[in-house]
Amino acid sequence: MGERIKQYRIISNWNLADQVYEMELEGDSSWITHPGQFLNVTIDNAYLKRPISICDWNENGLTIIYKVVGFGTKQMSQKQPGELLECLVGLGNGFTPEAFDEKKVLLVGGGVGVPPLYGLAKTCLKQGKQPVVILGFTAEKDIFYIKKFADLGCDVKLSTNDGSQGVKGFVSDVMIQEGLTNLPYFACGPMPMLKAVWRTSNAQGQLSFEERMGCGFGACMGCSCETISGPKRICKEGPVLSSQEVLWTKD
Amino acid sequence: MDERLKVTLSGWELDNPVIPASGTFGFGYEFADFYDINILGSIATKGTTREARFGNPTPRIAECERGMINAVGLQNPGIDKVISEEFPKLKQVYQKKVVANVSGFSKEEYVECAKKMDAQDIVGILEVNISCPNVHGGGMSFGVSPDAAAEITRAVKAVTTKPVYIKLSPNVTDIVAIAKACEDAGADGISMINTLLGARFDLRTGRPIIANVMGGFSGPAIKPVALRMVYQVYEAVKLPIIGIGGIASAEDVIEMMYAGATAVEIGAENLRNPYVCKEIIERLPSLMDELNIEKLSDVIGRAHQ
Repeated sequence: MGERIKQYRIISNWNLADQVYEMELEGDSSWITHPGQFLNVTIDNAYLKRPISICDWNENGLTIIYKVVGFGTKQMSQKQPGELLECLVGLGNGFTPEAFDEKKVLLVGGGVGVPPLYGLAKTCLKQGKQPVVILGFTAEKDIFYIKKFADLGCDVKLSTNDGSQGVKGFVSDVMIQEGLTNLPYFACGPMPMLKAVWRTSNAQGQLSFEERMGCGFGACMGCSCETISGPKRICKEGPVLSSQEVLWTKD
Repeated sequence: MDERLKVTLSGWELDNPVIPASGTFGFGYEFADFYDINILGSIATKGTTREARFGNPTPRIAECERGMINAVGLQNPGIDKVISEEFPKLKQVYQKKVVANVSGFSKEEYVECAKKMDAQDIVGILEVNISCPNVHGGGMSFGVSPDAAAEITRAVKAVTTKPVYIKLSPNVTDIVAIAKACEDAGADGISMINTLLGARFDLRTGRPIIANVMGGFSGPAIKPVALRMVYQVYEAVKLPIIGIGGIASAEDVIEMMYAGATAVEIGAENLRNPYVCKEIIERLPSLMDELNIEKLSDVIGRAHQ
């Protein structure tokens, strides 16, 4: 077995919100250098692995949060504590909050884009920054991790599309209402959310992208996107790209 | 290095027959993070065109039972950057020659790429892709007609002294006729097969998973098709064949060589297990012992005896 294919022991695997699971894994975390990196989970009887971002880590292991959207993630959700999970590790660039001098920063997450922001919030706090966190979900049944962010000492704001909790609307509505459009930001979530955050903010930031991947380590070019500086592979030069690299327009 | 694994392609002796396939290994250096890529027989580099290409819109990957569909569409930085940037990066971690894969949308484009590759010491074989299913108005359209395949072969042969291997498409009614046309036009070898055209649809939305709808299907599921076609072409032409299609193990390598391949390319499997080529090379000697194979080159075409 290759040295970047690792076995992890499942410590816990439980239902956090509608179709969303948190899995705690014991094993090597020494490869993690930045929040927002990911691993690629081997699924029995599936050809490709499943890329899942790291939510949190310590010297004993790491935590991932994933949503059941198909055969592979369903299989993950049925794994029991004590079982092993095989993963290809060391993937992705991750967020670099140290790239900004500002103390106060904005973290914006939508749905299963929220998990990598938890590790990022911890990193920001270690660097002496004050993270303001906006979490967006579709409805009350989808909400997770608000208390976890609050327990870290973050200022947490919430939106739901249907208004069942927090501000009714989108994370970008919260940005405007709360006057957070001038803070350096870090965002992870579905593409429409990333675009809305980018358009709403007057500041620079870092955006974590999602795409269907073949390999996860830069070989197949399946997940490429076009940027100001040419094509970038989401899995290799990303998943985090600078807000200055995207080819979107403000209107 | 195990002497028993050596094979020869058009006078070029490879340490072993294991070559990562074009499009699944980038320009090679990405895999140096995983293992010493000098253990490979060679590397088939990413399909290169005259101009830089982004390729098709995403999503361009879909999973299948025992395989995958890709519709990347020849993303590459263009031949000039491949020569000025990618090959030098590869040379820092790799000392052998490569199988340089080139593609085009016109005869002139193939010729221009071939000329430029001809001047590169790192190029051991020129692999001419007339079979990419993911680009319109080129690629595969040359690979589906014997006359067009012969025309490209002749044009490329006229501008290079490197061995020219034509990479064939399985998406044809008679692959033997196309292989013969390439042989008659002066090809030095055949690489086969490229991917099969496939599609997947999302169960919930009913929409295609791939933005381009169709893409190239590869992986272990296509191995029997590749074995059958290599067997047929080996019967009909005298050229060496690089066998490609669904190879995922040392067993698969030997089976493909039985069918008639002198060497093999390993494609999709690199994407699910980046160590697969290394594992195969390490496994081959003990498997040969189990099968009473003295030299790997002895088994080429054994299925035809």
